[in-house]
Amino acid sequence: MTARDVWPILLFGAVAALLPVFVTAGTLLNFAIFTLIICLAAQGWNILGGFGGQYSFGHAAFFGTGAYTAAVLQVRYGVNPYVTFLAGIALAAIVGWIIGFLSFRSGLRGSYFALVTLAFAEVFRVLSNAVEFTGGAAGLLIPLDARAANFQFESRGWFYLVVLALVVLALLMTRALERSRLGAQLVAVRENEDAARAVGVDALRVKLSAITLSAAMTGAAGGLYAQYFLYLDSTIAYGTWISVEALLAPIIGGAGTVFGPVIGAVILHTLAEVTRMMVGRIPGIDLVIFGVLLILVVRFPPRNLLAWLRGRR
Amino acid sequence: MSFLEIRNVSMRFGGLMAVSDASFDVAEGSITGLIGPNGAGKTTLFAIVSGFQKPTSGQVLWRGKEITSRPPHVLAAEGLSRTFQIVQPFAGLSVRENIAVGAFLRHRRRADAIALAEQVAEQVGLTAELDKPAAALTVSGRKRVELGKALATQPKLLLLDEVLAGLNPSEVRDIVPVVRAIRDSGVTVLMIEHVMQAVMNLCESVHVLAQGRIIASGTPAEVVATPAVVEAYLGHGAATRLSGGAHA
Repeated sequence: MTARDVWPILLFGAVAALLPVFVTAGTLLNFAIFTLIICLAAQGWNILGGFGGQYSFGHAAFFGTGAYTAAVLQVRYGVNPYVTFLAGIALAAIVGWIIGFLSFRSGLRGSYFALVTLAFAEVFRVLSNAVEFTGGAAGLLIPLDARAANFQFESRGWFYLVVLALVVLALLMTRALERSRLGAQLVAVRENEDAARAVGVDALRVKLSAITLSAAMTGAAGGLYAQYFLYLDSTIAYGTWISVEALLAPIIGGAGTVFGPVIGAVILHTLAEVTRMMVGRIPGIDLVIFGVLLILVVRFPPRNLLAWLRGRR
Repeated sequence: MSFLEIRNVSMRFGGLMAVSDASFDVAEGSITGLIGPNGAGKTTLFAIVSGFQKPTSGQVLWRGKEITSRPPHVLAAEGLSRTFQIVQPFAGLSVRENIAVGAFLRHRRRADAIALAEQVAEQVGLTAELDKPAAALTVSGRKRVELGKALATQPKLLLLDEVLAGLNPSEVRDIVPVVRAIRDSGVTVLMIEHVMQAVMNLCESVHVLAQGRIIASGTPAEVVATPAVVEAYLGHGAATRLSGGAHA
């Protein structure tokens, strides 16, 4: 990586870090934190889907695993929340590897891969709703104990900064991936898997690395979600909503680009929030907006906003 | 021990025998041609040698070692690279990035891979198009990218599947010396080719495949004089008619 690769990310981090200085309104910080968590989940999807061309429709499987691991370990076993957060990332990565191994080894591509990931996420959702261990249908409440040592903070501003730091880290990792051999091979697999194999790319290994990294990132988003909202149930953790958000943000902002997921997530959530304010709380109105936006993005090339902005410059 | 030996390779697709008991050798440092009419099984044979398909029976030996049905990426790492008849560029990537994917095989660092890619681009005459998207190139340009990607893996054996097909005569004239230079740099070349001008020009030895069988082997001049080869291309009885022995 060169300085030119890194400075836009650091600049973004620095500017975004100023937000809590100017904004103290709880709702706005709430909104910002939630958007950043989605950015992280979406960046995870972007690594596998955007760079690798393997469109997952079940990133909830990783988000939920990260979230439930963080929550269950501290509620049931009293493990330190920072440790459970890391454990959640690790477990999500393992789940990612396993799902990847099962589907890529059998040569699943395209919509078949999407369906298998969706199926995994749904199975996890049903299971986590049924077993006692995860709190079942009643969900799981992480006791409020706002101390930094407990990964809970008195002020939202601090939590915002922690999430932001992780998003910046994810951006840097994505940039490093983009510039690495693995990144080049991953993009080659996306563009043409047979041609990639012919020039020595071990497609299975490359895709497995990508899904593992991807799952870890989305798992981290899940862990943060649990830690911030302190409540989980199966439809939050493993629900389709997060699979959709994770893929929608990069597709709208620019799949296979470093900043695409961030731009997409910010646009989506700003739009959803603005509509809510204008038309009031109509259940599901944000999903309608997302749907319209997706149709527009797919229907009218240039494919994504980042490319469009670049083209204008 | 030959450089590449193809031993009694057969490939059956259902009721169709695409390749049937084919055997031939490729000598190290040579440019060897594989010719034959359409549908003779040449590309299938390439797919077998490069690991994309498992033969129904038979063996491929490389430097005395059996390599039959090893996966393509393993073979590429061992120095065996191929191009595709239907060009397979990484369409969304620039020419530089396309070739760099091949270069990454032996170079972990991006800067090294890019440097090698640019060097290979010069070798195949693509320096001026390095920044263009591969999808924007002409057929001739795409064929060069195909060649460049394979070359960037720094192979010892290069399998070229009709790199000259679809090019006009002047483009063919331009690429022929490129192929020869590749051989002169120490890479053995096995090429499938229909453009006879190039085959006669480049190849030291030629094997003719027709209906899945090797029907003739020898120098290009010997092979085109073989009646069986003439008949494979032009139909039964053509050889005698052409030689003026009988009236149709």
